[in-house]
Amino acid sequence: MRIVAIRHNVRMILEVNGKRHDLDVSPDMPLLWVLRDALGLTGTKFGCGLGQCGACTIHVDGNPTRACLTAASTAVGKKITTIEGLSPTSSHPLQKAWVAEQVPQCGYCQSGQIMTAAALLTKTPKPTDAQIDTAMQGNICRCGTYQRIHRAIKRAAQV
Amino acid sequence: MTKSLTRRTFLKTATAAGGGLMLGAYLPVGGGRSILTAAGSFEPNIWIKVNADDTVRIMLTMLEMGQGVMTSMPMLVAEELDFDWTKIKTEWAGADAKYGNPNFGGQQLTAGSNSVRGMWKVLRESGAAARSMLVTAAAQTWNVPENSLTTDKGEVIHQASGRRAKYGSLVDKAATLPVPKTVTLKDPKAFKVLGKSLPRLDLPEKVNGTAQFGIDVKLPGLLTARVVRCPVFGGKVASFNADKAKAIKGVTHVVPISGGIAVVGENYWAASQGAQALQVTWDEGPLANLSSADINKKQTELAQQPGKVARNDGNAEDAVRRAGPSGPAFERVFEAPFLAHACMEPMNCTADVKADSVDVYVPTQGQTASQQAAMAASKLPADKVKVHPVYMGGGFGRRGEADFVMDAVETSKAVGKPVKVVWTREDDIQHDYYRPVSYARMWGAVDASGKPTVFMQRLVQQSLMKRIGGLPPNGVDFISLDGAANLPYDIPNVRMEYIEHDPGIPFGFWRSVGASFQGFAIEAFIDELATAAKKDPYQFRRDLLAKHPRHLAALNLAAEKAGWSKPVPAGRGRGIAVMECFGSILSQVTEVSVNAQGNVRVHKVVCTVDCGWVIDPDTIKAQMEGGIVYGLTAALKGEITINKGRVVQRHFNDYQMLRHNEMPEIEVHIVPSTAEPGGIGEPSTALAAGSLVNAIAAATGKRIYKLPIKPEMLKGGTA
Repeated sequence: MRIVAIRHNVRMILEVNGKRHDLDVSPDMPLLWVLRDALGLTGTKFGCGLGQCGACTIHVDGNPTRACLTAASTAVGKKITTIEGLSPTSSHPLQKAWVAEQVPQCGYCQSGQIMTAAALLTKTPKPTDAQIDTAMQGNICRCGTYQRIHRAIKRAAQV
Repeated sequence: MTKSLTRRTFLKTATAAGGGLMLGAYLPVGGGRSILTAAGSFEPNIWIKVNADDTVRIMLTMLEMGQGVMTSMPMLVAEELDFDWTKIKTEWAGADAKYGNPNFGGQQLTAGSNSVRGMWKVLRESGAAARSMLVTAAAQTWNVPENSLTTDKGEVIHQASGRRAKYGSLVDKAATLPVPKTVTLKDPKAFKVLGKSLPRLDLPEKVNGTAQFGIDVKLPGLLTARVVRCPVFGGKVASFNADKAKAIKGVTHVVPISGGIAVVGENYWAASQGAQALQVTWDEGPLANLSSADINKKQTELAQQPGKVARNDGNAEDAVRRAGPSGPAFERVFEAPFLAHACMEPMNCTADVKADSVDVYVPTQGQTASQQAAMAASKLPADKVKVHPVYMGGGFGRRGEADFVMDAVETSKAVGKPVKVVWTREDDIQHDYYRPVSYARMWGAVDASGKPTVFMQRLVQQSLMKRIGGLPPNGVDFISLDGAANLPYDIPNVRMEYIEHDPGIPFGFWRSVGASFQGFAIEAFIDELATAAKKDPYQFRRDLLAKHPRHLAALNLAAEKAGWSKPVPAGRGRGIAVMECFGSILSQVTEVSVNAQGNVRVHKVVCTVDCGWVIDPDTIKAQMEGGIVYGLTAALKGEITINKGRVVQRHFNDYQMLRHNEMPEIEVHIVPSTAEPGGIGEPSTALAAGSLVNAIAAATGKRIYKLPIKPEMLKGGTA
């Protein structure tokens, strides 16, 4: 079944990084493009549009969520957090660990990696190697920084 | 004004006197950009500006795709300038001939693992010249001899009197001084910056979402476009109907361009919906029935005849016929598929075309290529076309192309507004310039004492040299034979042949380029010769590398660090490989296991690299790690196939990537070296498959001749 695009915009209020935004967008527009094109929050990246790469990972009510597959209308009334809202001073333990371990190369996937890892540590503050592997396998890094990502997560978790 | 003329005169003098050490760093300044900037700064050459506020701005002509040039290039300057590392600012150079890489004939191109190799001397000399002028300025101010002064962290120091002057306080005086004609570079023993692992300058903004990639470019009134392309290579639009696309809310224009039909919208989602609604009929062109099987059949046929000879030591053809007392020569066929680059950031470009100007904002590896594409698409001359480089979300060779620049400039020109063209992942996988499909016959033999007597390869491949100017008169593509033509092993009869075949599928430069195939084929075949000789594969290589001490050192260190002499853990196999690539010498030892279903698990890769004297050890390690992952991904998963003239694979589900849970432990060791710097961005990719298939052979007894490795090749698992 093909869902026919709704051609009329609707108004909706979305709470992103603690701020309420009154928006006038197509209700089927993925949250990814609402964040990037309507709100200018470009830290959340487009990598595939199919939930296969994890570059667009954000938190919706704390859960790691693929923004490219989440219709904006379904996030109404929920708390949306993007990489820009993870820490006002870029001092989340994971961000510090990412710099300490010199993780990023091109850096494009790293917003999604950090958001996935942040959700993991909220639920599992002291993850095992296997738990990290499981949590992180949905996030592709084409530069091959996985080993450093793994180390950075352990550093942030102090395990 | 007077000052400006004076400075220019000095610069001209320095250039005319030329030569010596300084030539590279003192290209003439013309082209509308004055060397004299606002008062309160000092710009001794095109690379460096020292500001009165004690900051230093360094121009970067090599662009950042993750390989660390935004840090390594300033390090080269800072070392000789003796500057406070934390006060360095960088600025990317747009398309501008004076910022060309000397190793690319003055082209601005970040490729071929050539950033440090091309620029280290120019940048160190620039820093040394600036430092020398600041010292002179202090000497004249204090009326003391220059040789009584030292520098450290952005200050000139007169030890005898304890006087210190920050560089910023000396800029006005220094700006009046002549540029020295020659400079002395530091002895490596005196290095304070080079050789240290420094925090990368690009990381703070890469962990909080503020780093601006091409896809993030914002301009007032910017529209977004998706281009609908003919799925068949060489096809074109027969007709199209834009009614349904234009009915989508937010779609503003639908315009034909050379790459297909651009559907333009107020945002990406509108353009994307419009592109899906667009109705196009394609003229699929002459390749509409081409398949991978056809290409393979043609390559197989062509390989029956001799090719153009790249290297011919002894008499390899005769040696193959005669073979050795231990038995006849054996022949193997090695094959590797087309590969897409699959940068994480899909291709994109933003263009703002006006009547007499073009601004292009693009994640590119080539300012020159981007400018040329924008000139062709806009019909405007170079001085009207500005290229603004931004961070690349991966490059790997893909962003040395400029098809996405053509898309954006043509679309912006057609709609009269700034436009960002964004490719989808499907576009990216299906419309790449692929690593060429490769087919090689190889012959070898060993004698009764276990010494190889002959090594021969006949490669059929598209010609990468044709992408950059053409084949030389002898018809040999030396890029395709990188790793083969320069085979280091001491074998009396060696012959390397090349046969060009272009099936019409776009091809290009994929991380490690020709060596991406040769690192697999050559190292797998030499390993099989070791088995034929009943020798340990490490020892076998050692015996053949006596004339190559750098190869030996890398190989020995890899064997030592991987514990080659110790037993392999139960159920695993270990493979080794060594090669020279982009001016560096590497060795890898890979440890694997294979389960009963034939699935390969890579446990560990030990990589050694001699890349000459070291700029930043951690960056070298990071590139080795990343390059290995790129090579393992290709060897284990990567395959682009052609059916009916189009690419079969579409997404990350059928063109798969190595993931976090599949990551091996990678250990990198740098071989101490005083040689000139070698490349680091690509070499480790080339060696990954060779080392991997040798480990699989050790574990299972099964040799891999065709990439990617598939479970059905290895059913039964570890022997």
